Amino acid sequence: MRWYELEPAVRGAIGAIFVALALSSILVRVLRAVRPGVDWSEVAQRVRTWWIIAGVFSFSIVASRTVSILFYAFISYLALKEYLSLIPTRRADRRVLFWAYLAIPLQFFWVYCEWYGMFIIFIPVYMFLLLPMRMVSIGQTDGFIRAAGTLHWGLMTMVFSISHAAFLLILRLKEAPESRPGPGLVLMLVVLTELNDIAQFVWGKTCGKRKILPTVSPGKTWGGFLGGVATTVVLATFAGPWLTPMNHRQAAFAGLIIGVGGFVGDVCISAMKRDLKIKDSGALLPGHGGMLDRIDSLTYTAPLYFHYVYWLYLFHTHGAEP
Amino acid sequence: MNRVLRFLFFALVVRPVVTIVLGLNVRNREQLPADGPAVLVANHNSHLDTLVLMVLFPWRMLPRLRPVAAADYFFRNRFWKWFSLNIIGIIPLDRDARRSDNRRHPMAPISDSLGQGDIVILFPEGSRGDPERLGEFQTGVAHLAKLHPDVPFYPIYLHGLGKALPKGERLLVPFFCDVFVGGPLRYDGDKAAFMATMVERINTLAAEGHFEPWE
Repeated sequence: MRWYELEPAVRGAIGAIFVALALSSILVRVLRAVRPGVDWSEVAQRVRTWWIIAGVFSFSIVASRTVSILFYAFISYLALKEYLSLIPTRRADRRVLFWAYLAIPLQFFWVYCEWYGMFIIFIPVYMFLLLPMRMVSIGQTDGFIRAAGTLHWGLMTMVFSISHAAFLLILRLKEAPESRPGPGLVLMLVVLTELNDIAQFVWGKTCGKRKILPTVSPGKTWGGFLGGVATTVVLATFAGPWLTPMNHRQAAFAGLIIGVGGFVGDVCISAMKRDLKIKDSGALLPGHGGMLDRIDSLTYTAPLYFHYVYWLYLFHTHGAEP
Repeated sequence: MNRVLRFLFFALVVRPVVTIVLGLNVRNREQLPADGPAVLVANHNSHLDTLVLMVLFPWRMLPRLRPVAAADYFFRNRFWKWFSLNIIGIIPLDRDARRSDNRRHPMAPISDSLGQGDIVILFPEGSRGDPERLGEFQTGVAHLAKLHPDVPFYPIYLHGLGKALPKGERLLVPFFCDVFVGGPLRYDGDKAAFMATMVERINTLAAEGHFEPWE
């Protein structure tokens, strides 16, 4: 999609992201000057990486449909690779893992075709049935259940979930196939998911006392969770009607989905990392950790938000009468 | 011509494969030598080991990076001989050579290379062995250190490449590669002590990663 073809609200929102980043960069400089005793390097690095993430993400919205889909496929690839490198895998399953990787081009090809029916069952049904079959054909039964389970969880989380963001981007309303609600819908999803993370963190730091999940994520509090969700609902109520076809009430509920879903996605990846006894999933994004550390919330918000939107409106998809 | 082909091969094949298809997590990258002569001593699980170590250095260093590789294996036909000598830039090591053969010492080409200020890449396990398992180090590395007491030897531990492309497999399966760079080690007058310290340093680096054995 060309820049000038985008809705004015979408262009405004992308502009606002960069203004907010510029303000953050200035704030870090000011803080460095005012309080030189404190180590600001990690915050500064985090902000620098945010610039890159925002730049690449904005590009993926402005770029052509194919490039946008390839972008999300690549994110899925990086996430799945990180996951498969972290979890204990069986030596015998090396080739099975290769088959799992092949699910990525296919899943995003269904998105490209707008083939919703295949998109929605390919990983939960076909890959789910195929990979154990391939494992059995190799013949090693030791650790079979765990290998089949961990591999499927990885594909569902890193590929199936993330591909929902790509499908969201190319959605066309049935009654107006020329309209492009996708960029606005994705912007609302991704920006609110990230802001929800930040809001939960800030509320938790300022007024959080009672721990919400002490064994999984000791830093998270009820104050942070509730404050974050409330903030996201308020932001969604304003952003929804501006960026998407949703009205205020529908957008507020989308905000609730993003606020709660984002929290659950975050703590699920935390639980995974705790199980593996690691702190960060990688070092791909300086100041943030790995890809999984950044897309953790999105693994829940993308499919939940997508299906909410999909339920609200009728969309034009492959196989359906136009 | 070969020099251009070498740069093209690294720019178009090696870098994309190592950094995008696989992906690197390098710990203590700043410990790497900025200049030769130096020896990188690493564990060996895959053909990719050499390529990963070569990608860790800036472009201008490429002509100075010289992996030591078995002549009998890499010279098995004319294409591989040309490829390994000119594109990868290996120093061929004659594994069967005996000193009594009235020839040069088998390590002489390595010494020549170090004399030119090159960075030599050495895998003391000798062969790739079982994936993701540390084999026994052969003492050749201590002998080389004795010949060059002023050259620093850098222990490096690589993890993940044995999963991505183990011995005997042709299908590359993407896995992240962890690289642990250790501080330099110099020969201090005793071969056995040098060997023991080198093995211990590699084991310490391996333990930093808390990797489960790959079964």
